[in-house]
Amino acid sequence: MTPEPIGYSADAVDPSRPVVEGHEGADYYALMTEALHKILLEKQILAPADTDRVIAALEAPNVTWGARIVAQAWKDPSYKARLIADGSAAAREMGYTIKEAKLVVVENTERLHNVIVCTLCSCYPRSLLGQPPWWYISKNYRARTVREPRAVLAEFGTSIPADVEVRVHDSNADMRYLVLPKAPADADGRAFEDLVGVVTRNMLIGTEIVEPYRSP
Amino acid sequence: MPRFSPGDRVTVLDLGKPGHVRIPWFIRHRTGRIERYCGAYPNPEDLAFGRPGLPAIDLYRVHFPQTDLWPDYGGAASDTLEIEVYDHWLEPAEPLT
Repeated sequence: MTPEPIGYSADAVDPSRPVVEGHEGADYYALMTEALHKILLEKQILAPADTDRVIAALEAPNVTWGARIVAQAWKDPSYKARLIADGSAAAREMGYTIKEAKLVVVENTERLHNVIVCTLCSCYPRSLLGQPPWWYISKNYRARTVREPRAVLAEFGTSIPADVEVRVHDSNADMRYLVLPKAPADADGRAFEDLVGVVTRNMLIGTEIVEPYRSP
Repeated sequence: MPRFSPGDRVTVLDLGKPGHVRIPWFIRHRTGRIERYCGAYPNPEDLAFGRPGLPAIDLYRVHFPQTDLWPDYGGAASDTLEIEVYDHWLEPAEPLT
């Protein structure tokens, strides 16, 4: 017999402690960062262009890159097989290098719906999709998606029938995740670029679906 | 050679470590099965303090039925959760009787 856990929250010491969203309490570190940046500029260790270059690199990846990978998988079954076997290698085939970790691609099927969350912080495939949406970072989404995923999905307007498994992937360590949404029924007859336009950021996280699941 | 293979039943330990620990409370003491081996990575618990985190530690994805994690889970009985766990947080589960 293993003992029962103390509680479900790292706040177990005081479960009634209110959850505070946003960056309250981080003002000190924001100020320190700004001060350090200023000193580095003054001492000419860093030039303003250096910061601009880093920001530009952070902002270059975007949802379209992920959408192109998905559209390719919808069009080409052999690419899809490679994508699921090794997400990072398949992304590289399309010209995208996943820098921060290994990419794991999880496929939605008629019987399975996948959704991604990082309960501990905000791990996200940033080098592919750019910065995560604000709600992905919120404590509300992070705490509730592992606890009551169907209720969270319903708040996004995404209803999953009871006979379709909902699988939550907690992106808590060294992997990064991308959902491969179920293709639209008419995907075979549509052009690649047209399919790219179907894919939204929320579909790549799993909070949105292309078409409703049909019960058998 | 990684200690566990896909399908092995494992129990997540509660090492009681403070700091930058990647194992959330809701999986501690819970038993799941190995979904895949992810490779070996420097230990984030050491990296967070500027140490090299070596030797690298085997990382696995572990699969749990949601109803095993949350006794009052309100979704479907077939719902599941998968999460990454480092080798030193795992022990082999007792065999099913």
